[in-house]
Amino acid sequence: MTSVPRVASLLVGCAAGFSGDRTDAARPVVDTLIRLGGPAVLIFETLAERTLALAQLARQRDPESGYEPLLDEMLRPVLADCLAHRIPIVGNFGAANPPAAARRVRALAAELGLRMPVVAVVGGDALTSPEQRGLLARTLAEEGQAIEDGTIACANVYLGAEGIADALWQGADVVVTGRVADPSLTVGPALAHFGWALDDWDRLAGATMAGHLLECGAQVCGGYYADPGFKEVPDLATVGFPIARIEADGSCTVFKADRTGGCVDEHTVKEQLLYELHDPSAYLTPDVVADIGAAEVRQVGPDEVRLSGVRGHRRPESLKANVFFANGWLAEGEISYAGPGAEARARLAAEVLRARLGERERQGPLRVDLIGVTSVLGDDTGDAFARLPAGDARDVRLRVAANHADRAGADRLTREVTALYTCGPAGGGGVRTNVRPRLGLRSCLFPRALATATVTLT
Amino acid sequence: MTRTVELRLAAHGRTGDKGNRSNISVIAWDPALYPLLVDQLTEEAVARRFASRRPTRVTRHLLPNLHAMNFVLDDVLDGGVNDALNLDSHGKALSFVVLAMPLEVPESLLPLLRRPNPNHNDTMETTR
Repeated sequence: MTSVPRVASLLVGCAAGFSGDRTDAARPVVDTLIRLGGPAVLIFETLAERTLALAQLARQRDPESGYEPLLDEMLRPVLADCLAHRIPIVGNFGAANPPAAARRVRALAAELGLRMPVVAVVGGDALTSPEQRGLLARTLAEEGQAIEDGTIACANVYLGAEGIADALWQGADVVVTGRVADPSLTVGPALAHFGWALDDWDRLAGATMAGHLLECGAQVCGGYYADPGFKEVPDLATVGFPIARIEADGSCTVFKADRTGGCVDEHTVKEQLLYELHDPSAYLTPDVVADIGAAEVRQVGPDEVRLSGVRGHRRPESLKANVFFANGWLAEGEISYAGPGAEARARLAAEVLRARLGERERQGPLRVDLIGVTSVLGDDTGDAFARLPAGDARDVRLRVAANHADRAGADRLTREVTALYTCGPAGGGGVRTNVRPRLGLRSCLFPRALATATVTLT
Repeated sequence: MTRTVELRLAAHGRTGDKGNRSNISVIAWDPALYPLLVDQLTEEAVARRFASRRPTRVTRHLLPNLHAMNFVLDDVLDGGVNDALNLDSHGKALSFVVLAMPLEVPESLLPLLRRPNPNHNDTMETTR
């Protein structure tokens, strides 16, 4: 046996898996981290692809907005204890405006009468310089997904863990980031804690997959898992959020916060391990290419599962960039029918809408759903719907949806649905309509050297 | 002797999406059931199941260590969450399309199925 000094493991608790996640999730996680003692970090993952784009547009309208709207509600219950117990908080809740989010964190600490935390801002890169925008446009064109000049609404690039690790090394209590790859929220603290080299691929890959298990919050603890009769989850209403104990070799054990519902077993862990993966031997992140081809998942205790054997390969030369562009208007309308002949009346209403709504203003098909009969499994062309024989459903809701180049076309669809009240088949009720602008998305690779992350401590 | 059951009795799974691409994991409830999945849940079978979504490519990645497989379906989300008209524009519900596929299970393996009563009628594949 070698006599390598043992480095204490690192606990990483996760208190949010998306923007709008439960704000009462953090408390049990922090209580558990305090009970267990030792080095610990609390992470919040709140940035889906669209979330950041909408935040960027919000910041264009109001320079003090563009960060996670629930930031206060997420941090208020736990900020005092995290500061008192030296549990750093790391979150991408800075979204499109990490400096404003950092100001809000400091203001919150002042309101609560706490010692002023050291807040680090790890700035994302919105790729706004003319050189960067030009390169994006050229790259997209070369990949056959060109977008029209001047229609880029916003862009962002996925940064890795280094900025977070730097901030923690410098003593940050709270690290506010913009767009970083989700697993990097976990890799950053692990890098800072263990002092791994940036090319220690296997360890980085282990921490990356630990982060992948954590990044959707409750999804590894029985959330998004239950299927009555087949997959029973105890106390789903109080489903717990996860904690990973990361070891110096990059392996980890995942469990859930004390006194919460849900379950952690080999099956919940495998489902989350494969979530949004493509080739399991090449999960690309800015930090490493992770490979779970030889990984093992073992139950090691009640609600405790160990992940080991993750391998890593050299990180990609390029980073992933998302480019959003204005993409017309989505219009939706719904109306309900019930009782004898309900399905026939709903189908007649759909025919009326088809006759009234020409194809001229529309981009693509008019989608028709009969909620309660078929609304999810068919595709937008409606082929599956067309093949479905008419039935005798007695409680159905007609839904139509279409994309339009301009707002006027979208409004016309919703007016026609509303007109079904007096001009459509008998007994229709409960009209709801919705019009909203759409953002198109193109993804491409962007040279690492041309994207910048800045770390600022206040 | 074999019996045809819904895949849901032998496996579970989850859907993820990125852009216009969906991935669907299929994880065996028991290691002894995994070879059945490898034999029967082929790329072709899954592509046929999703014919109405017109996948341009279906790729299956095997994870024997985990008794699991991961299907990647290209171009099945009507453009993806930013373009599709579907209420479920992420395609989150699609794992259950796979879990409704039929699976031939030898009598000897029936006790390993998730449901206590595998002879129940509604375990047979049904389509409307």
